[in-house]
Amino acid sequence: MSAIEQRGISIAPEKKKRKYYLIPTYFAVICYIIFLGFPFVWMFTTSLKSPFELLQLDQSFLPKSFYWQNYQDIMEKRGLLNSAKNSTIIALITTVITTIFAVPAGYAIARLRKVFSGAATGWILISQVFPVSLVIIPLFMAVRRLGLLDTIWGLILVYLVAALPFALWMLKGYVASIPMDLEEAGAMDGASSFQILRRIVFPLLLPGIVATALFTFLNSWNEFFFALVLIQSPENETLPLTLARFMGSEGQVLLGPLAAGAFLATIPSLLIFGIMQRKLASGLLAGAVKG
Amino acid sequence: MKTTSKSGKMYNRGAWKYALPAFIPLVLLSVVPLSQAIWTAFTDNVAGFNVKVKFIGFENFRRLAGDTLFWASFKIGIIWAVSVTLLALVLGFGLALLLNQKLRFLGLMRVLSLVPWAMPPVIVAIMWNLLLRPTSGPIDGILEFFHVPGAKTDWLGDFNTAFPTVILIGAWVAMPIITVSILAAIQGIPSDMIEAATIDGANAWQRFRFITIPAVRAITTALVALNIIWNFSSFGLVFVLTAGGPGGKTFVPALFAYNEAFKYGNFGYAASMGVVMALAIVLMLAVYLKASKREDTQR
Repeated sequence: MSAIEQRGISIAPEKKKRKYYLIPTYFAVICYIIFLGFPFVWMFTTSLKSPFELLQLDQSFLPKSFYWQNYQDIMEKRGLLNSAKNSTIIALITTVITTIFAVPAGYAIARLRKVFSGAATGWILISQVFPVSLVIIPLFMAVRRLGLLDTIWGLILVYLVAALPFALWMLKGYVASIPMDLEEAGAMDGASSFQILRRIVFPLLLPGIVATALFTFLNSWNEFFFALVLIQSPENETLPLTLARFMGSEGQVLLGPLAAGAFLATIPSLLIFGIMQRKLASGLLAGAVKG
Repeated sequence: MKTTSKSGKMYNRGAWKYALPAFIPLVLLSVVPLSQAIWTAFTDNVAGFNVKVKFIGFENFRRLAGDTLFWASFKIGIIWAVSVTLLALVLGFGLALLLNQKLRFLGLMRVLSLVPWAMPPVIVAIMWNLLLRPTSGPIDGILEFFHVPGAKTDWLGDFNTAFPTVILIGAWVAMPIITVSILAAIQGIPSDMIEAATIDGANAWQRFRFITIPAVRAITTALVALNIIWNFSSFGLVFVLTAGGPGGKTFVPALFAYNEAFKYGNFGYAASMGVVMALAIVLMLAVYLKASKREDTQR
């Protein structure tokens, strides 16, 4: 983060010319801030407006009074609390299982002979090209055959399928950035391959594992399509599903609770992004750069 | 297992042990379902239990070729994927350039630039729906305040405005990854390179044209390719925003295939649509990557 302030490679010309140059620049800055930030802020202020206020034609930016009841309404009466519980369980289990599978596999793909790693990497790339609307068909049939339709376990199974290739892709990049020499040195000193993995690779890989896990969590927390196809009963719904259904029905009138629910569902994602910030992007693309 | 490669570097002797338990789930959870998906496209599979599935060769594809509704949706999908990607690229590149300068509000902008990425697509759709409401939404209110013609438009419900509006929202979602990646590439430029160019008398435009652009070329190619893949088959945002309406103006192919499979139960036919979409993506990528490679060798 601080790299920007320290380096500040500026394309702006030298001090003399600055002033006239800065007017359009700051105009652009303001436009971007409004474009990116205003929708979110509006959603938040809407969540604090009373039903009466929301009925009025000319909406003020700030609510006239804080109407916290919207939050109570969406969480208790509309079952959002239960959906949040489902979303959390599903995302957590998906993340744990994906990580357990992906860490050794990502290591292997990065360190194995070219034939294997090439085949695996090629497959991961190919699997990204297939639209989810195609992939869901055999998965739906498999989940139905297992009797897991409309259960959170069926959804977890499908999320594993969706998450694994990308988790491997990210981890492969992180492993590749660990110098081979370290492992070789370990081998020279007589460490077994398991010791090398545990004592040398794992500690260095930990930030990458955390990033991959958070990314997997986020993706399953945000996912909508698979949940829409696989879940029918309200008590098994995930957050995006409940909110989408609510918007299609009473939400058209109950804007306050709708905005409150939408705001609450965003908080975990925002927290994760707060933690990861730019590491996320570098991790995403690590796999691409360090083949 | 060989432990020494031609370059003389030693591989971790035990790596295959970790590969095996991990490749099994990869095969089971990824290779098998995808192969089944492709196979389904060549069958008459329909929803429901105890229905005998027959291999029918290219019958689904033959039928699909004459399905004008699908091709209308397909066209919308291509326009959608390309427009969202290009618009997000322009907006994201601009934002990355601003973030790279010493300006006020930089911290705020940096945080905000990630917000669209962090939000679940369903929430993005709900949020923009709140903003764009014709009666209570603030956007029409603001436009009216400034006496902009076109205020009081039902942006998501109007035949002419629905698709462009959805594209703009799509670009809003796609921006952060592009911004962050391009910013990282720009900050990877060695500062002495820019200083040297400045000393040699290069102006801001020349520095941008001959240093910044080449530095972000590779990552931009990757970003465009990824965004075309992601957007062509995207579903949630459009489903919640417009559900394909008004009058099919925003009926992206993922919605079409979803309806075919889970509304009408035609799994085989829907799978053939998915296969055609995957082929279209591969074709688009091939053309695009070839073009950008040619451009690379020309310079």
